[in-house]
Amino acid sequence: MRITVTVDGTQYTDDVEPRTLLVHHLRERLGKVGTVVGCDTSNCGACTVHLDGHSVKSCSVLAVQADGCEVTTIEGLAREGKLHPVQQAFHDNHALQCGFCTPGMIMQSIDLLADNPDPDEEAVRQGLEGNLCRCTGYQNIVRAVRDAAQHMSPGAGPEAERITETKHVGVGGD
Amino acid sequence: MTATIEPEVGKSRRRKEDERLITGRTRWTDNITLPGMLHMAVLRSPFAHARITSIDTAAAKGAPGVIAVYTARDLDPDSSIGMPCAWPITPDMKAPRRPVLAADQVNFAGEGVAVVVARSSAEAHDALEEIDVDYEELPVVLDMEAALAEGAPLVHEELGTNKNALWVFDSGEAGTGGSVEDAISSSEVVVKRRFRQQRLIPAFMEPRACVVDPTSTQITVWSATQVPHILRVMSALTLGIPEHKLRVIAPDVGGGFGGKIGVLPEEMMSLIVAQKLGKPVKWNESRSETMLAAHHGRDQIQDITVSANADGTVTGLKVELLADLGAYNGLVGPGVPILGAFMFNAIYKFPAYHFACTNVFTTTTLTDAYRGAGRPEATFAVERIMDELADELGMDPLELREKNWIKHEEFPFTTVCGLTYDSGNYEAATAKAKQLFDYDGLRAEQAKRRASNDKVQLGIGISTFTEMCGLAPSRVLGSLAYGAGGWEHAAIRMLPTGKVEVITGSSAHGQGHETVWSQIVSDQLGVAFEDVEVIHGDTASSHKGLDTYGSRSLVVGGVAVIKAAEKVIAKARPFAAHLLECSEDDLEFSGGKFTVKGTDTSTTLADVALAVFFAHNVPEGVETSLDSEAVFDPENFSFPHGTHLCAAEVDTETGAIRLRSYVCVDDVGVAVNPLIVEGQVHGGLAQGIAQALFEGTVHDESGTLTTGTFADYLLPSAADLPSFTTARTETPSTTNPLGAKGVGEAGTIASTPAVVNAVIDAVRHFGVNDIEMPLTPMRVWSAIQGGAR
Repeated sequence: MRITVTVDGTQYTDDVEPRTLLVHHLRERLGKVGTVVGCDTSNCGACTVHLDGHSVKSCSVLAVQADGCEVTTIEGLAREGKLHPVQQAFHDNHALQCGFCTPGMIMQSIDLLADNPDPDEEAVRQGLEGNLCRCTGYQNIVRAVRDAAQHMSPGAGPEAERITETKHVGVGGD
Repeated sequence: MTATIEPEVGKSRRRKEDERLITGRTRWTDNITLPGMLHMAVLRSPFAHARITSIDTAAAKGAPGVIAVYTARDLDPDSSIGMPCAWPITPDMKAPRRPVLAADQVNFAGEGVAVVVARSSAEAHDALEEIDVDYEELPVVLDMEAALAEGAPLVHEELGTNKNALWVFDSGEAGTGGSVEDAISSSEVVVKRRFRQQRLIPAFMEPRACVVDPTSTQITVWSATQVPHILRVMSALTLGIPEHKLRVIAPDVGGGFGGKIGVLPEEMMSLIVAQKLGKPVKWNESRSETMLAAHHGRDQIQDITVSANADGTVTGLKVELLADLGAYNGLVGPGVPILGAFMFNAIYKFPAYHFACTNVFTTTTLTDAYRGAGRPEATFAVERIMDELADELGMDPLELREKNWIKHEEFPFTTVCGLTYDSGNYEAATAKAKQLFDYDGLRAEQAKRRASNDKVQLGIGISTFTEMCGLAPSRVLGSLAYGAGGWEHAAIRMLPTGKVEVITGSSAHGQGHETVWSQIVSDQLGVAFEDVEVIHGDTASSHKGLDTYGSRSLVVGGVAVIKAAEKVIAKARPFAAHLLECSEDDLEFSGGKFTVKGTDTSTTLADVALAVFFAHNVPEGVETSLDSEAVFDPENFSFPHGTHLCAAEVDTETGAIRLRSYVCVDDVGVAVNPLIVEGQVHGGLAQGIAQALFEGTVHDESGTLTTGTFADYLLPSAADLPSFTTARTETPSTTNPLGAKGVGEAGTIASTPAVVNAVIDAVRHFGVNDIEMPLTPMRVWSAIQGGAR
């Protein structure tokens, strides 16, 4: 089947097998390997992307279902060299170690903040329940999401992907 | 002139690694694509124990996109390849050959039987379905005690037994202490318990994968491994490929926790297949596959006997273990329980100690290292039995520990198993933990809830742990028959522009080496943190190394970096003296500058590096290079310790557990980067708590793993865990110049008994003195019902 999907701002038209999962389309056809596969039961959330502004586990969506849609992956978040506030907050709060769950965790966190711009600890923990991390014990992820909330303007859907404040820039500092 | 520069060591630097990880510009093994690359998939046995009577691959060979289908007969026609075990713990240890693919018999569900190579991964997996294998089922061996019984079915018929080895340490015989039997027979109190260490799955987030490119003069292997250097030498030895013809790269690796310490049949298959076909081959696996086929951890039955005087002074400790190895010896699997042998006595002054471990083969997935490897098992047993002893004596469990632990003024202290603990301060860590936890307040609340028969009971769990880290002094490893040394290598390259490349043999997969090594080098050479690049995980650039496991990276590998930096400065000195027209003796080096003593005449290391690069104006007879390398082999282990306190609420009507607070005070010596230390502790706690409350494999009676996906194996999410209160005391290690002790495993080792002790403490008045892990609500509820007084 022929599908057209806009991924991180670029339109791609491809012929795909109907059984192709969105995550495999992204990784294998479009080279969007920033999005990763961590399980085969939709439990881990490592493959989370935004489909028309809302988070989905891209292992649970067929590529053909994304026909005509806009997909944002972890690779499309930073704009003009500026990190998205959630990316910045993950860095600032040491919310990643091996980093394999991080793309999905960041995409889900943005969605969570779109729904609830100022979540308390419990709300963050519940909101990230579908994303597994084996390294961090989640404490710094929770901290990062709450920190990011202070640097984002509220708004649902694609609005949440927009960078409105650029207080932090770059990585590697203290 | 000496500028005051704030040292990098001790700063909570944000990590250099993060930039690529938070933007998706990562190089996971599965991201690698090469021209003409083929995809390999492995057909795995659905049976735990069976004879293979026939394999028909004809249909698979004709399936779309399939290039080749191979069985054991194709990949290893002489049945001569055996997967390596590097730790033969006794001279008579049984070592059945572990084939790359099973030829005649499968010995665990998940063992590879055939491989398909196809143009795409999907086509390879589709074709697996077309392979027809006939099996004749054999009786399974799942229970360790049954496996050792007379007449038990045998995993490996040819061995005549399911016993792998018996390893014994006795302090009376070793001359490091008294006789345990004498202690037990002459002591006023003896407590004996059986604890079950359930089997766990390491569950690193990135499944295993490898890519082999045979199209150059060196065969290049990318693998999601913790141990690229070990993989290189073991691949060479296992397959007979000359070592210099192999290059192994561990690119970005998504966690390991010991689970990626193995040398894999799948890596060997990929190497063989890629060479046969002359094309790059990629193997990757699904989560279900990794749960089944990657090694598991823990799995011990622990019979523990402790003896004491009526005043609480311990007199002896006897440990009898059964350890389940699964179907074969893993790379270091047989030795994992032995790493625990030296830790059961923990921080206590036991005068007599006996340890005996029987390793057992069963028809299950192999077990091998998993975060802590032997030490969590030991710590769990001793911290649990101390609580049981305290109950028997009617003492506060913290008071009992204090009575028996090594006092800070007694260091260095040689333990009953002959290890010398160089430093520690258990009093300080405990005092700080008690204060942060409000120990006395919670004890008062517990008494109140108990008196009022509240349906929610409160328990307090204690774990005052130590561990041996910094694996390891090579001579000690030699004495334990371990098949490698314990040193680490580092090299430093001074670039003409004053920038620095650091090459480390310790291969990182989430620990933050790039950041921490930069901090160390920045201090040593006086260069900016940003001007240091750390290179690891590629045998072409890092030709020498022993990789990452056993909390060894900083304590061994970090020290090697310091040693290399010292050599750089020593090599720079004659050039600096030449440039400044003085004697080398008149120079002092500080903050990146050589200064003529007593003057403000100076030159920077960067200037020297440039001068050496030009080599126009250099002293005669001195080699024009500042590049240096060093190997560090530790004299002793390091011994992190800490006090962990857990408050658990147990709903006695439902068995549900809520962790109300968790406080830990860890002493990991000098923390180079406190932020990373804290992160390591958090993650360790999560894994240890997960063992206590959530995780555990289940096999059905036919040996099928019924917890083989993330839908069945309860890896905790953010919603399942509390926030932790972490703090540190800092008693520097005296065995390395950094004063660091290692932190990778501490949280995991300490937390499991803290949580279980808390839950038992909450329900002990119902007559409960143990609950098997994981402490599910059903098990807790049943224990309360069963023990109800």
